[in-house]
Amino acid sequence: MRHDHIISAKQLSRGDIETVLDHAADIAADPGAFADRHSDTLLGLLFFEPSTRTKMSFTTAMKRLGGDIVDMGSVESSSVKKGESLADTVRVVEGYTDALVLRHPMEGSAKMASEFVDVPLVNAGDGAGQHPTQTLLDLYTIRENAGFDDLTIGIMGDLKYGRTVHSLAHALTTVDARQHFISPESLQLPRSVRYDLHEAGAGIREHTELDEILPELDVLYVTRIQAERFPDEGEYREVAGQYQIDAATLDAAKDDLTVMHPLPRVDEIAHDVDETTHAQYFQQAHNGVPVRMALLDLMLGGDQ
Amino acid sequence: MSDNDQQLRVSKIQNGTVIDHIAGGQALNVLAILGIDGTSGDSVSVAMNMPSDRLGHKDVVKVEGRELSQDEVDVLSLIAPAATINIIRDYEVVEKGRVERPSVVEGVLECPNHNCITTEDEPVDSRFAVGDDGVRCEYCDTIIRDDLPAHILAE
Repeated sequence: MRHDHIISAKQLSRGDIETVLDHAADIAADPGAFADRHSDTLLGLLFFEPSTRTKMSFTTAMKRLGGDIVDMGSVESSSVKKGESLADTVRVVEGYTDALVLRHPMEGSAKMASEFVDVPLVNAGDGAGQHPTQTLLDLYTIRENAGFDDLTIGIMGDLKYGRTVHSLAHALTTVDARQHFISPESLQLPRSVRYDLHEAGAGIREHTELDEILPELDVLYVTRIQAERFPDEGEYREVAGQYQIDAATLDAAKDDLTVMHPLPRVDEIAHDVDETTHAQYFQQAHNGVPVRMALLDLMLGGDQ
Repeated sequence: MSDNDQQLRVSKIQNGTVIDHIAGGQALNVLAILGIDGTSGDSVSVAMNMPSDRLGHKDVVKVEGRELSQDEVDVLSLIAPAATINIIRDYEVVEKGRVERPSVVEGVLECPNHNCITTEDEPVDSRFAVGDDGVRCEYCDTIIRDDLPAHILAE
């Protein structure tokens, strides 16, 4: 891998993806072997938006590699509150740390920030833009459960604003997956993502109902539809209700269907699905640690 | 009326740049893109909606005392793809050229995505990749296909 910064899934080739996933598999098989790998490394965490899984799994990953983290803390308690620009913040913090992880509510923030620093910067989510490390752990989970060969995947929920969807859809073009997008019309893929998928020669189909495509899927990737995307509570409830699954819904699916979700879920996957063999979303979240360990190790020179 | 007669409606310039064959009605946008607002004191002449064989109607802009570089004028291709550039020295045309489509334009257009980092108070210019059928923000990926002049950054 020869990327100083990880900004977008679009920069990752099939070879890059396989390199990270293979390394993650090695780490998952024997994590102890990597425990002192980066004992002098400090990772700076700049989270301008709340995060539980991403922040905790980056923290865990760095500590499992023997390093430590320096956390900016919440925006309310930082100098950002005093009006400091993002460009200034990252230029200051890069002097304290060996690499940076940034989550920010505005699209393009990670790309801009990367132009002001020399240490490697990882985008941990920029507004409705990209979330490439989520994509890598999603791909890892898909490869472990369904494999990349002859893959048919359905991605359901908020496809318009869901950054995990935008990153994942693009990465899936590198493995030639058949992609089905299931959403209300108001939350279909944005024009720019559709354009990229078309340019990449992806075979994509859009649906408003899951029923028509469910039996064909190897993987169903569910995302949350957020109430604030709708003008009123009533409309939200009506629309969101059509994109919820439970164990009975999955009777029509293949026996080996893998159900994924970037979490947190609210009620789009009923709890009775957790008990089925389809449910992989908790394992998916766990996979964030070895995958982020692999990525950090490769970025920080672990492959040399 | 010949093209030459039309040119005479606004006086010839001694030294500077004449931008001809601008799509009718776009002259003020051309000046906005070039950042020419008259504050530098140079003479600027604008002729709008002149009859043109090639364009139907065209605008012409003459900038006295300033020779525009190819990089400066290429950005005009976004709104005036047929524009021609004449560099004038001592009343004579010494260089004649066309605008060429640049691969990237910086600091010219404002990203229409209000959640794009380039719309914030950060030390960064907007940057758009220029494609065959539109431009695309290099930060947030937003694509603009139509009505580029509406997205020209206010100075």
